This record gives sequence, structure tokens and C-alpha cells, in this order.
Amino acid sequence: MANKETLNNVLITGENSYASVEDSIGRLILKPQLHQRGWWIFFFIGLAGTGLLGVSITWLVYQGVGIWGNNQPVSWAFDIVNFVWWIGIGHAGTLISAILLLFKQQWRNSINRFAEAMTIFAVMCAGLYPLLHTGRPWVAIFWLFPYPNIMGMWPQFRSALEWDVFAVSTYFTISLVFWFMGLIPDFATMRDRSRNKFGKIAFAILSLGWRGSNQHWHRYEQANMLLAGLSTPLVLSVHTIVSYDFAISTVIGWNVTVFPPYFVAGAVFAGFAMVMNFLIPVRAYYGLKDLVTIRHIDWMCKILLATGMIVFYGYILEVFYGFYSGNVFETALTKDWRFNGPYSGYYWALILCNGIIPQLFWIPKMRTNLLVVWLVSFVVGIGMWLERFVIIPISLTNNYLPASNKMYYPTMWDFMMFGGTIGFFIFLMMLFLRFLPAINIFEMKDLLHKVINDESKVEPTVEAMNSKMNPTPAKEEVPA
Amino acid sequence: MEANDGMEKKEDAVELTEQKPAANGGLDIDAIQAKLAGKSGKHYWQSLDEIADTKEFRKWMDDEFPNRSTLLTMNRRDLLKFMGASMALAGLAGCRGVFLPQDKVIPYVKQPEELVPGVPLYYASSIPLAGFGMGVLVEQHEGRPTKIEGNPLHPGSLGALDVFSQAEILGLYDPDRARSVINNGDVSTWELFNKNATKLLAGAKKIAVLTGAVTSPTMLAQLKAFKAAHPNTTWYGYEPQDRSNVINGLQTSSGQPLEPIFDFTKANVVISLDSSFLSPEEQPGALKYARDFASKRRVVGLTGEMSRVYAFESTPTLVGIMADHRWAVKSSAIAGIAGAIAEALGIGMIRSAVPQNVNRSHFSAMMEDIRAAGSSAVVVAGPHQPAEVHAVVAAINAAIQSAAVRYISPVNASYTAAGIGELKDALAGGSIDVLLVVGGNPAFDAPGDVEFEKNAKLAKHVIYLGRDQNETAALAEWALPMTHPLEEWGDLRAFDGSVSIIQPLIAPLFEGRSAIEVLSSLSGKPIAGYDILKGYWQQAGMPGTGEFEARWRDFVHDGVIKNSAFVPKTVSNLKTPAELPLDDTTIEINFRPDPTIFDGRFANNGWLQELPAPVTKLTWDNAAIMSMSTAKKLGLTHEDVINLEVGDRSVKIGVFLQPGQADDSIVVNYGYGRTVGGAVATASTNGGVPDPTEGGGVNVFGLRTLSSLNSASGVKITKLNERAQLVTTQGHRPLQSERIVDERDILREVTIQQFLRDPEEVVPEFAFPEEEIKKNNLYVEEVFEWNGPQWGMTIDLNTCIGCNACVTACQAENNIPVVGKQQVANGREMHWIRIDRYYKGDDVNPQVTWQPLMCVHCEKAPCEPVCPVAATVHSHEGLNQMIYNRCVGTRYCSNNCPYKVRRFNYLNYSDNQPNFMTKVRPIAAVLGNTTEERQNGIQLVKMLNNPDVTVRGRGIMEKCTYCVQRINDARKESKKAGRDLKDGEIITACEQACPTQSIVFGNIADKESRVSKLRNDPRAWLLLEELQTRPRTSHLAKLRNPNPEITPIPEPKPKKAKHGEEHGSEGHAEGEAHKEEAHKEESHSEGQTGTVKTEAAHGE
Repeated sequence: MANKETLNNVLITGENSYASVEDSIGRLILKPQLHQRGWWIFFFIGLAGTGLLGVSITWLVYQGVGIWGNNQPVSWAFDIVNFVWWIGIGHAGTLISAILLLFKQQWRNSINRFAEAMTIFAVMCAGLYPLLHTGRPWVAIFWLFPYPNIMGMWPQFRSALEWDVFAVSTYFTISLVFWFMGLIPDFATMRDRSRNKFGKIAFAILSLGWRGSNQHWHRYEQANMLLAGLSTPLVLSVHTIVSYDFAISTVIGWNVTVFPPYFVAGAVFAGFAMVMNFLIPVRAYYGLKDLVTIRHIDWMCKILLATGMIVFYGYILEVFYGFYSGNVFETALTKDWRFNGPYSGYYWALILCNGIIPQLFWIPKMRTNLLVVWLVSFVVGIGMWLERFVIIPISLTNNYLPASNKMYYPTMWDFMMFGGTIGFFIFLMMLFLRFLPAINIFEMKDLLHKVINDESKVEPTVEAMNSKMNPTPAKEEVPA
Repeated sequence: MEANDGMEKKEDAVELTEQKPAANGGLDIDAIQAKLAGKSGKHYWQSLDEIADTKEFRKWMDDEFPNRSTLLTMNRRDLLKFMGASMALAGLAGCRGVFLPQDKVIPYVKQPEELVPGVPLYYASSIPLAGFGMGVLVEQHEGRPTKIEGNPLHPGSLGALDVFSQAEILGLYDPDRARSVINNGDVSTWELFNKNATKLLAGAKKIAVLTGAVTSPTMLAQLKAFKAAHPNTTWYGYEPQDRSNVINGLQTSSGQPLEPIFDFTKANVVISLDSSFLSPEEQPGALKYARDFASKRRVVGLTGEMSRVYAFESTPTLVGIMADHRWAVKSSAIAGIAGAIAEALGIGMIRSAVPQNVNRSHFSAMMEDIRAAGSSAVVVAGPHQPAEVHAVVAAINAAIQSAAVRYISPVNASYTAAGIGELKDALAGGSIDVLLVVGGNPAFDAPGDVEFEKNAKLAKHVIYLGRDQNETAALAEWALPMTHPLEEWGDLRAFDGSVSIIQPLIAPLFEGRSAIEVLSSLSGKPIAGYDILKGYWQQAGMPGTGEFEARWRDFVHDGVIKNSAFVPKTVSNLKTPAELPLDDTTIEINFRPDPTIFDGRFANNGWLQELPAPVTKLTWDNAAIMSMSTAKKLGLTHEDVINLEVGDRSVKIGVFLQPGQADDSIVVNYGYGRTVGGAVATASTNGGVPDPTEGGGVNVFGLRTLSSLNSASGVKITKLNERAQLVTTQGHRPLQSERIVDERDILREVTIQQFLRDPEEVVPEFAFPEEEIKKNNLYVEEVFEWNGPQWGMTIDLNTCIGCNACVTACQAENNIPVVGKQQVANGREMHWIRIDRYYKGDDVNPQVTWQPLMCVHCEKAPCEPVCPVAATVHSHEGLNQMIYNRCVGTRYCSNNCPYKVRRFNYLNYSDNQPNFMTKVRPIAAVLGNTTEERQNGIQLVKMLNNPDVTVRGRGIMEKCTYCVQRINDARKESKKAGRDLKDGEIITACEQACPTQSIVFGNIADKESRVSKLRNDPRAWLLLEELQTRPRTSHLAKLRNPNPEITPIPEPKPKKAKHGEEHGSEGHAEGEAHKEEAHKEESHSEGQTGTVKTEAAHGE
């Protein structure tokens, strides 16, 4: 891929018309020949991963959680690490589609659909873990929900795990509805453009009778705003509640008040990294450079930098608490299990991945170098996984009573299930690219409309657009 | 002793059953009972058909749909009786789970008297360990023994029980036991054997009988009868761990075969010379010794006394860990130390040598202590020390006129028999026609130079009677199944000679016959075991007065013959040996019985295999245990595999680094590395050659030689390029955690001198002040306002000897599964109690403190609010309960438990899985007659389960319940009787088994209960109290009584300002301080005599 592209403030580059926008997005669906070897390779990787996931889930349910490396005292390990990691990845989608919509950030238009799809798929991957990590998933699947029963037995609402059930299921539902609603106008476009009978029928059903009337658009805008309003607190609440799983406990290294903001920032951080990991190759491969411009990449890098620094601040605070608290258990955890000790490599790798390497983005040139951006995003993905690894199993290996300290070693099945979820995620993303409009067509056309009708007739900029649409631009949300 | 009341109601004791006239029609159970009367247990099985074979019964059995007209015409009573027939018979056998379908539950028709379904009965019996008897009470549920507990009337048990005897209940249901008579690998019958054996024995010119230790009077009589019937018989005796050195030592010094027994209640100063008299694997009297020893170390409030213990030992033992002063010296250096003690006492000595690492002034301080203590001092030497050392020790004890030691004739009668060395010579000479091996497993555990396997083949015929399909059975021409002690009649002597009964609890599960039955039938008198036993005592006469029948019934009921202990003999003019063995300058190797599987006879017992060894915490394995500096010198590290070479024999074994191990001294525990003997015993070897890289232990018996059974010198060690996997339940890296123990209130330990000076000194400086905890408490003071009992427990660290008895008791009581070596390696052992081991000091000679820990039943339990399905909740009585049925297994409770006492069923452990239940190779397969390898039978092991405790499936969290089933039982009884629960009425399994009575359970709401008083003891503290979990289990601080001349007592720490408020009125505190002041001098002077008595003790 080309690593260097010119950076300007144009959100749509090239010679684009409404038709060309429609075409460049729609043809990904309508012209199967576009998906060449690259798509098939990743499709099969994803398919294989999905198979792996199926095998490991089957074996897990058949044999028990004992096939993993979890032990006493390390009762949670890869299962919860991966759960938190996946949930975090989902956050970028919601942030882009909901918060940036509310703040009227036009640049979100070309990436929101993609990011939202990632949210849905990541939450699907994440959702597997809390259920399957239980000893008896066949009862956990309904006992965790409050349903009327003859025993008069309710779930225990004081438990953060119970909050989790509601947080994650609400999050998934809202994200799915939001995503599907955003797709309706595009489904209608696809229905109209589709020549193949199957496509026509399928998109016709999915578009729910969308005709593009004023009333439709009016209702759409209203519902969209409402859902955005609903989703926005979810971005904050879901990961806050996930962080409560740890923060409300007595476990040294978990019982930290900074967790909620630090987890949310970490989630956005990881989510943007994942978006870039996928988006950069996809835009290159499918020629979407005019719609996802280098300006988008640049801004996302800035968000990465900002959230990365919040996360880094969290690490520094953890160390600070470790010593300032004067609590010997906290100090011991920091000194003996993080700075030193058998797992110290993971801790320092985490600091390197999440704390040091993203600082590259201070340099503007780095933010436009696609290879660097891709690599740094990849490293951040690893770093965020390490962060959860450091927090969850490593804190558990260290105990109040040193006699119960025990090392944790993952097994083959831990890796297989994790690899399986990654494969499943890739599989779903490939299907998404193939069968659904990966970029929001109507919002791009709307954007193009605004670009074309710009009075200045010079190349429009975001600032210009903002000033036109909104006399007092919401600058505070544009990352520095 | 209410528990014993049902004792005579044993089905085998048929003559005690009331005979009622037969009911009309149906199967006449009474007639069957009459038929069965007087027959041996085994007989029931063979004659099941014949007994059940009434016309009606046959009809019922033959018909797939039993004759409906009969059914319709039959009245309800008859029908029930009819159906009950098969059940009653199965009940006699007690094996309906194995031989009959399990899916029907039918009540008794004629219920045995005193049996209430669901209410267990207890019978007195005994369990042998290396020949010595341990009196037990066996819990039996509807004819099915489920648990073995100590017999309070038995002098060796006093109601407590060691791990081996407790685990024998699992041994009973061991599916790998010898099942049938095997003749050269083919299944045969007793009839065929008897026919053949009579011929063989009649034609034999020379017969050799090899037994283990024999303490049983009846067995001894049978051996004599056998010899009388076959005069050309020689009796040989061999026990891997025996007491012959002790007996020989006294033989040389006193001229008669004697062995010492101790009374530690009279010992204020104890010097242990490589002895672990608290370990049942070393001393048959260990439980009694532990009780007495603890009584001398028990401090309640400010009352009590502390003996002083000095230990010289090569490897940390339970005694060394309890000791106030311990020196790690080579086993071979003990002789020199004994000599030095003798010399200092003015006994003319030949050689004395105090090793370099024992400070001379410390040694003389110790000698001062001994002299001052006079007759209240005692020296104890380990049985593996050479005879000369025992002679010197006897001379020392005589010189100080120790009141704590008495001498009795050897309890084990086989000291009169010829040794295994002589058997080897006889076999090698080819003169033996018939070798009859009764019990034991010489093919596995004989010393290497006996070459038992090779030499046994020189005998024309080898007959083996044993419980297991083991190495010896594999080489025998006739391998006969022997009964388990719970299936046979017999008797045994305890460490002091007291006789206890072996009473069957169940008919033999397989075709086993007891040793006395087999010997009797080989002597030409085939009599049932019951008749042999009763006949013997009728003839020999039982001590006591009155009708024999009444005394016999007392014997069967109590399990013990009162006053049957050997009378101590007076010894005088003890001679000291002419020479003491020289200290070895090379690396020595010591062979010791394993603290968990003994000499290998329990190798197929999963409970014992998985039980962490007390000090090393090693499970499923043995290893070459050495000190860090020895390893460093040899260029070795933990888990290296070495080739250990002694003479021309060698084994591959893993290295285990043990703090406190003497330098240049390697300890290996024998008993591991079985090649034949069941799924668990051969788990790692799978019938093949043991491999230390796989784990599962190595057989080191081959390294022992007849001349040096207990230790060897001139060991050659070669490092191999392999790694062993040695699995421990507690991390091997004590270093970094030490700081936390030091800085936090995890253990409390002070000297008795400090404690008496100011009881507050047990509270470490860094402990959270109580006021601060109260101030910071957001909860109301009274969490439970329920007006009823509130359960609590106290564990006295001062008397805990770390013996593991509680761990096995808990396992037996609560159906705790065995998980296998790999799962333990993964940190998933299921024991509800763990005994945490903390080292203090350097790795050369650290102090060890035990901390038994199970669920502490926090009043504000952190596990409860985090469970999303409310599967763990609190009871009104303060129990933190686990609702297994509700648990979905999120494991958050375990994460949030600061004590980490919860256990999770990661796999389906209770229904055991192939993790350790690997392939079994039956004898026939070993011999090559068949290639069949079968999976282990599970059904049999299920019979072991305690019906009062849920068996947990996979995915379930579990933990200590304070034995809630016992609480409920006692509560039911008290409700029925319309009274309140009495203190001490509820005894948890751990409390019951504890030989030192360190665990006390009871109602903390009752201010008069034992547990309430101990909870308010000045030494009591709540573990991790600063987390405000408010545990219901308190620990009591450990005290040590060091000699101030050796370890100076630390200066008192400055008093905290707020001290007065805490302890009632100032005046009282001052008054007490004054008394303490007065006492300080006293205790100092008494410190010299070794024991510190407190003021209250003086007052008493």
C-alpha cells in the first residue's frame, strides 16, 4: 500500500458525484468479482477461526472450564481478559456513531458504518466469554436474567456481574438497532441498484419499505438522534460497569477507584486502533481512498494519542497508589508482581505498547504514514490485551495470604478460543464487506452535497462546513 | 460414647440378634438369618443363590413380569416382604451398588434392630499400620461403612486419628484390590487352592512363612498353630519401617529385648535426636504422644505450661518444627551428639562429637537445661538411628532418671522371627519348597540386595496372601485375596500393647479371606474368623473378671480390652555401647517412610497420594530432598533429575530443595514408583518403568541394603539433562512473600516469656489497632441479631503440629474428590482445609509455623455480594453457605475471597475422569496371560460417599461448611429432646481428628462455651481483620519457649498510648502488670529448668 498520501482537510477527495459515491460503495456488494483473492484468503482464515471457535466451545461445554489454565486462586484469566478486550474494541463504533453524531462531526460519516459493524461483532465475541466461562453455562444462560419462577428466586442485584449482564445485553441491543436503522436508507439504495433478483428481494425486505419520502427522512433523523442519545451514555456506562467487575472487589490490584474512566478511555483507545487495523487495508484494497481520506486517519491518530495518554495516566496512578497507599499488599503487587517477578515482562511490554509507542503520533508525519499508523494500531491492540492480562490474572496470582500465591499458565485451549473469536470476528467482517454497504452511502452523499454547494467554491474544509452548518462549531470535540 | 451403643448390632454378630418367629408366607428372612448365623462374612456371597432359593423367590426372579395373579392375590405386606427379600440379602452383603442395579430403593421389610435409615451406626474396630493397631470407630450407613474415626477408649487413638487409618476407608472400596484367587495368572477358587495347598505343604521339606510386623495375639497363635501343623516351617519377618534398632539397642544395654514408650505429660524438656515422635509413620504411638505433647504446650489465657523442645535432625520433621531450638545436622552426626550429651552427664563415653553448626555454648546451655529439669527431661531418638544410639539414649534417660520413659517388651512379635536376610540366604540356597507370604509386598519393598524377585523364584512354590494386586502377587504361583480390616475379624495390639478388636463392618466385597482364616485352614482347621478370634480369647483368657461372654461383649463393644497394655519393666545397670558409629564425611542418604503413602502400601490410595506432605507440601511424588547449599555444591537446582547411585544400584530421581535440611544429607521417602498395584499407584508409570520426568515417584527400595536399611553413605550423584515435575500445593518461592508475612498481621508468634510479660506483645506493631478497625467499620456492630447459636471456631497455632489429620478427616466427611497430579499442578486441589506453611529466618534453618485454614465464615463475607445468582448466602447462625444447586460457577466469589479458601470443580472430579484413573493392569496382564487393560471401576468408590453431604458436579464452587450436616444432626437431636444444644455436642470432622485438640468449634453466642472463651483469649486474633470481613474462625498465636541463654528474649516494645482503654480498668491492668513483674523473675529462673509455668498454673 501507498504509505504516503497528501494531507488536506478535504473529507471527500477525487472527482466524485452522487452516482460515483453510490457506485464506489455499492459495487462492493453488487460486483462479486471485486472481491478477489485477498477477500477469499481472509474469508477462509475467518472461516477456519470460526471452526476453531466451534471446536473449542464444544470441547469446553463437554469437558468443563478445566480445559483452560484457570486455577485457584486465578479463577479468571484469559476468559475475562478476552471479554474485556473485545468489549473495549466495540467502543470505538459507538463513540463514532453516537457521540460524534451528537457533536455533528461530519468526518465520522465515512467510518461510522464500519466501526458500528465492528462494535456488533466485537460484542458478539465478547458476549461468548461471560457465559462460557461459567462452570455451568446451561443454567447460567437464564439464571442470570430476572425471570419469574416458582422458587421466587431472583438474581443477586448487588453483584457487578449482574450489572454486567444488563450493561452488555443493553449495549448489544441498542448498537444492533442503531446500526440496522442506519442501514435502512442504504438498503433501499441497494434494492434499487440491485439487478439480481435475490439481492432485490433481500434488500427489499431489509429496507422495510423505505421510499425516501420527506416523512421517512424526518422520522429517520429523529429516531437516529434519539438512538444516538441513548447510545451515548452506554459508551460510558458499559465499560464503567465492566470495570466495576474489578473495582468493587477486595482483590489487590482490582480495587482501584480510577478504573471506570481509565477503562472507558482504554476501550476507546483499543477500539480506534482496531478500526484502523481494518480500515487501512480495506480502503487500500477496495479503492475507498477518496471517501476515507488521510485526514480521517490523521484525526483518528489524534484520538488514539489522547485516549492513550489517559490510559497511560491510569498506569501512572496505579503505581502511585501502590506506594502512596502505604498498603503493603498494594506495594507488594506493584513491586513484586508488576515491576519485578515472573510476569514483569508483560507489565513492561504493556507500558511500551500503550504508553511509549503511541507517543509517535505527536509527530504529524507519523500520523500520515499508513504503515506506521497500522503498526502502532496493531501494537496498541496487543497493549490493550496485555493491560487486561496484567490487571486480571496477575492481580489474582498475588494474594493477601502469600501461601495461596500461585502462578497462572494458559493452555492450548485458552489460545484456541481466543484465536477462534478473532477468526469469528474476521469472518463476520468479511461477510459485512461482501454483503452490506461498508460506508454509509446516504451520509456520504449528504456530505458531498454540502461540499459541492459550498459557496466559496474552493476546496471545502471541515472548518468551512462547520461554520456553514453550525455558527459555533463544537471545536472542543475535535482532537487537538 | 452414645455412638458405641449400636455396636453389638453388627450383622455378623448374629448370635446377638433376636430371633423372631417367621412371618407367614413369602421369604422367611429370619430363616435366612438363622441359616447365616455363625458363618463367615465371605460365605454370604457364595451362597446367595442357595439362601434366596425359595420357590416363590425363584418364581419372582425368573419371571420378567412376575406372575401378576400372584401379585394381585398377594396382600401388601407379603408383596413388600417379597420385594424386600433381595434387598435384605443385598443389605447383608452391603454391596447392592456393585452387584445389583442401583435404580430401585426399597425399604427394609424387617428392619435390623436399632437401625434407623439415614442415621449412621458406629462400630469399634481397629486399623493396622505396620502391624500396630489403631482403635477406630467406623461410621456405617445402612450396612455401608463410610468413615473411620478415632476410638476415644483406645490408648493409641484417644478419639483422634492419623491420615493413614482415616484413608483406609477409601482402601476398602479400592476397585484395584485383589479380587479373586489367582493361580499363575488365571482366575481360580479357594477350593482349588486349599486342595493344592494341602498337597504342597504336606510334601514340602522346608516351608518359609514371611509376614510383616505381627502384634495380633490371635495371628501369633495361628502362626504357632501353623508351625505345629507343619514343623518344618521357619517364620521370617520383614517390615520396611521397623523398630528393630530400638529393640536391639536396648537388648545390648539392658540385656533384654525392650522398647521405650513415652509419657510426654511428664516431659518438661524434650531432646529429639532425629526423631519425629509426632508422626504416625515413625511412631505407632504418635497420636497419644501428640496429645500428651500438646497438653504440655497448651496455654489458655495466661494459664498453662510450655515444655521446651530441642531437636537435632537431618530433615525438618513435625517435632523439629514444634521445637524451640532446632539444629539441622546429618543423621550420621546424631551418634556424636548423643555421645556428647552422655559425656556431659558424666556417663563414661567413647566418642562424642558436636557438629560444627551447633554452637558449643548453646549446647552447654541445653545441657544445663537438661540437668536442671532432671527427671522431667527426656531424650528421644528416631527408630532409624543405629542401635548404639538407642543404647546411649537409654543410658542418658536412666542417668537423668527420666520419668517420661518406660520400657515394655516389644509389641511386634516378629522381632523373634528370622530376618529377610536369612530368608534370602535360605531361598538362594534353594532349600525352600514353599514360600508363604502373608501380607506385605516384599517384591516391591525388600532391600535391593535381597533381590527378592529373583530369589523368590528359587522357591518351588510361592503363595501370596495380600490385599492388593501388587508386585509380589505378580510373581506368586498362588495370589490370594486378603480381606480389608473392615471386612474381617481379628485383633491387634497398640503401641503400648493394649489389645483392640478388628470387627467387620461389611461382608467381603471380593473373595477375600483374612490372614487368620487362611493360616487356620492351612493348618488343617478351616474355621471362620469370628470363631478363631473368640476361640482364642476364650482359651487365652481375657483380662478382667466376670463371665467371659460379658467381657467378650464389652470387648466387641468398646473395641479395646481394658488394662491389656504391657506392664512396663524396670531396667537397671544399663550398659553403654562400646563404640558409637562414626560420623560420615561424605554425602549421606536417608531412607524414610513417606508421610503420606507410608511404605507404598497406600500408593493406590488417592487421598493419601494427593495429601500434601506436611513440610514439603509435595504431592503424588517422592524426591531427593536436599538443602540449598548441598545442591549448590553439586551444581543442582530444584527439579533437576539426578542419577542417585549407591553401591552398584542407582535410580533416576528429581531434586527437591528443602529449607532446613541438613547439609550433605539427602532424604528420600520410599513407597513410590509402584509398577503393579492399581490405577493410582502406577498413575505415572502406567505399569512401566517409573520416570521422574513424568513424576509419580520413584522406587528407592532398591538402594537400601540389608546392612544399611535406613541410610547409606558414599552416594554418587550425576546430574542428568532432564527436568522432573514435582508438584506442591504451596509455592516453592518463599522469599518475597516473607516480607508480607513480616509486615502484616498474617501470623502471630512470640515467645512465652514475652507473652507472659505482656500479652499484648503477640499483637505485632503493624497490626491495625482494634479501635481503628471499629472506627472505620461502616456496619453495625451486631450483624446477626438472631437469637440462637452463632457458630465459630478457633484454631490454636501453638499446638498445631501440622500432621494433616484434619485434611483427610475433612476429605472423608465431605466427599471431597481426588483430582490427580496434573490438576494439582494446575493449582486445583480440592481440599477444603489447607495447612499453610510459613518459613521464618534463613533457608539453612528456618522456623516453620503452620496455619491451618479453611473457610473462616466471615460475617461480612466478600464472596456473598459478588455472586450474581445468590448461590452463596448467610444463615441465621452465621454460616456462610454454598448452595450447590444454584451455583453457576462464575468463580467471582473465589476471586473476592481474601483467604482463598474456595475450591472450584474445574472438571467433573467427583465422577472421576481419566486424569489419574489411567489404565489398570490386572495381574493376568502383567504376567502376559492377557492384554486386557481395563478402566477403573467407579461404582465401588461411590459407595464411600457420605450420604449426608452433596456430591458436587463440575462447574460448582465449594468450600468448608463447618460440617453443616453435623450441626443439623445435632440440632435435630436437641430439638427432639426439647433442649438446647450443648457445648461440644457438635464436633466438626477436623476437630474430631485433631490429635492435639487444636481445633475447637462451638457457639460463640454462648459466652460459656469453649470456643467463646478461646475467641477472647489474649492470643486470639482474626486473620486479615483490617479487611473487616469479621471472620468466625479465630487463630490463636503461636508461642515458643526458647532457652534465653540461646535465644535472648527481645526487649519489651514501648507501650501504646491507648492501651489502657482496651483492657478494662487501669487498676486491673496495673495489678496484672505487677504480678507479671513478680512472675518475670520466676519464669526466668524456671526458664532454666526448661518449662515455663504461669502464675495460674502455680495457683492450681
